[in-house]
Amino acid sequence: MTPPILSVRDLVVEIPTRNALLRPVDRVSFDIAAGEILGVVGESGAGKSMTGNAVIGLLDRPAHIASGEIWLKDKRIDGLKGEGLRKVRGKGIGMVFQDPLTSLNPLLPIGEQISETILEHLPVSKSEAEARALAALEEVGIPAAKARMGSYPHEFSGGMRQRVVIALALCAEPDLVIADEPTTALDVSVQAQIIALLKRLCRDRGTAVMLVTHDMGVIAETADRVAVMYAGRLAELGPVRDVLTAASHPYTAGLMGSTPLASKGLARLNQIPGSMPRLGALPTGCAFHPRCPKTQEKCRVDPAPPMQGRAACWYPMTVEEIA
Amino acid sequence: MLAFIIQRIFQSVVVLLLVGLVAFSMFRFVGDPIDNMLGQERTGADIERLRTQLGLDQPFPVQYAKFLTNAAQGNFGVSYRQGRPVSDILAERAPATLELAAVSGLFAMVLGVALGVFTAIRRDGFTSNAIMTVSLIGVSLPTFLIGILLIYLFSVELGWLPSFGRGETVQVGGWTTGFLTASGLKALILPAITLGLYQMTLIMRLVRSEMLEVLRADYIRFARARGLRDRSVYFRHALKNTLVPVITVTGLQLGAIIAFAIITETVFQWPGVGLLFINAIQFVDIPVMAAYLMLISVMFVGINLIVDLLYFAIDPRLRVDRVEAKA
Ligand SMILES: Nc1ncnc2c1ncn2[C@@H]1O[C@H](COP(=O)(O)OP(=O)(O)OP(=O)(O)O)[C@@H](O)[C@H]1O
Ligand SMILES: [Mg+2]
Repeated sequence: MTPPILSVRDLVVEIPTRNALLRPVDRVSFDIAAGEILGVVGESGAGKSMTGNAVIGLLDRPAHIASGEIWLKDKRIDGLKGEGLRKVRGKGIGMVFQDPLTSLNPLLPIGEQISETILEHLPVSKSEAEARALAALEEVGIPAAKARMGSYPHEFSGGMRQRVVIALALCAEPDLVIADEPTTALDVSVQAQIIALLKRLCRDRGTAVMLVTHDMGVIAETADRVAVMYAGRLAELGPVRDVLTAASHPYTAGLMGSTPLASKGLARLNQIPGSMPRLGALPTGCAFHPRCPKTQEKCRVDPAPPMQGRAACWYPMTVEEIA
Repeated sequence: MLAFIIQRIFQSVVVLLLVGLVAFSMFRFVGDPIDNMLGQERTGADIERLRTQLGLDQPFPVQYAKFLTNAAQGNFGVSYRQGRPVSDILAERAPATLELAAVSGLFAMVLGVALGVFTAIRRDGFTSNAIMTVSLIGVSLPTFLIGILLIYLFSVELGWLPSFGRGETVQVGGWTTGFLTASGLKALILPAITLGLYQMTLIMRLVRSEMLEVLRADYIRFARARGLRDRSVYFRHALKNTLVPVITVTGLQLGAIIAFAIITETVFQWPGVGLLFINAIQFVDIPVMAAYLMLISVMFVGINLIVDLLYFAIDPRLRVDRVEAKA
């Protein structure tokens, strides 16, 4: 097997606050191979964005990586600073944020924003950078790209702007793209197109993708593997088909249940009772135990075990329960 | 966009007409120019002759219209005190004030923006905090006090810089400049700092708070995520996005610099129009006062127009024509 593009080992992100030391990301480990798309799901506040930001070194103080390792190919990138970090961003890892309306500088033409990124990372001349910027715009499907190079962000629709953002994320040919809810802010009608575009471009280039989303439909159609997060921890990690059709962690099972997937024949609507605990008020034992239908004494006392098979759970779902 | 500019120009004209009315009213209602111009020994005939000569015997609207047409041609009549055309006196005095205002405006803008950016980038640094604390003094001390303190320190104690006047000046065309001699430049330093200090701190604090705001924006995060250099992130992406509010305030403050020059010119005995105005008030020299008022308001209005035009240059979102937007 080829070594993974991204390898995250026991990542812990901590936020010291006046009252407590919060851990929005707690001992999270996963790999992403070249050309592979890892979907990351979980309720709001589960730590998905924190994980992605930690990987690209964009944690806002006071949040910081407390322990663990992050490897991009054969280079350790956690703890990088200054120039080293800057060279990883854009060139090693591209990022797509949630809101294309605010991701682009309103005062610079889009062509300039792309070519400045290319010039920063690739050894090319100015005119070569402009030619590549144009090619990047054409690749993401901006109509009349040549004429649009000088256009400003406000002259594009939301969907078109997200295409520009994707062009920006990919223009320096990164090995990994982190897309944090890239379609949440978009019109439903263009969401599928954007996801399909991202998928096609990354497949073509063999780019690894970390795709954060709330949309199980997107995961089902796009991702190769899926990571389920709960209260800062990885609850389940496995191939999409297995996780969607035969969840191993009771939380995943509940999550699947609460996501209507009529088209997949999975339209069971058993909402998980309660809500995810705040980081400052985590219960003892497994963080999910107060909401878990399978809770036993052990779950109340002992923290959830490390990953066993696909799930980090003392009592994973059995074959009979899934059926 | 064109419609907007035309509207602004129209507004400017209205403002100038109103200021003109105020300036003109001074002729009618403040003091009696005849009293001022003729000494104690005057005859009724003298008074009458002067009245007709100054046009004071005509009805109010006629006088106002005449005042406006004259003013538009730069003709503000004859100074009561010096007996010379006001326009000549102003032309003599204006270079001193304009040079002082230009230097202190430049000082306020360059240093204000630079320090504002610096204190925003190093928001928790020791130097930043020190600058912010000291700047509070700049905002709260009155101009004349700063001037006197500077004179005390640099002229009286250290003896480095002159405490009054313009130093040697050189005549270039009709313009007397202090820029070309060492003593002229030296003489500029203290008054320029005195005049520009308040505006400098104001601009600095504004740039800082705008920068802090912009640095939190998504596109700055995205610029960082793309691996752009700090220099590019701060100056190309962040600073440019703070410019619209900064230019608004800077423009107004440049107007204020010219207006506040009165105090600085008095403290430093700077032979500009501000000092001229103060002297004119003492002698109720109405034509000079009126001309000064008109001059200042033309400058304010002009600066405001330029500021409006700069908005369009900076922000492409404003350039969308209304017609186009409707279509
Ligand atoms: N400065 C902070 N102080 C305290 N807690 C914080 C701070 N920043 C983030 N958090 C917490 O960290 C946790 C993880 O946040 P994160 O943004 O990673 O969630 P997420 O999974 O991306 O959620 P969403 O789906 O809403 O984007 C949240 O519970 C959030 O409340
Ligand atoms: Mg998030």
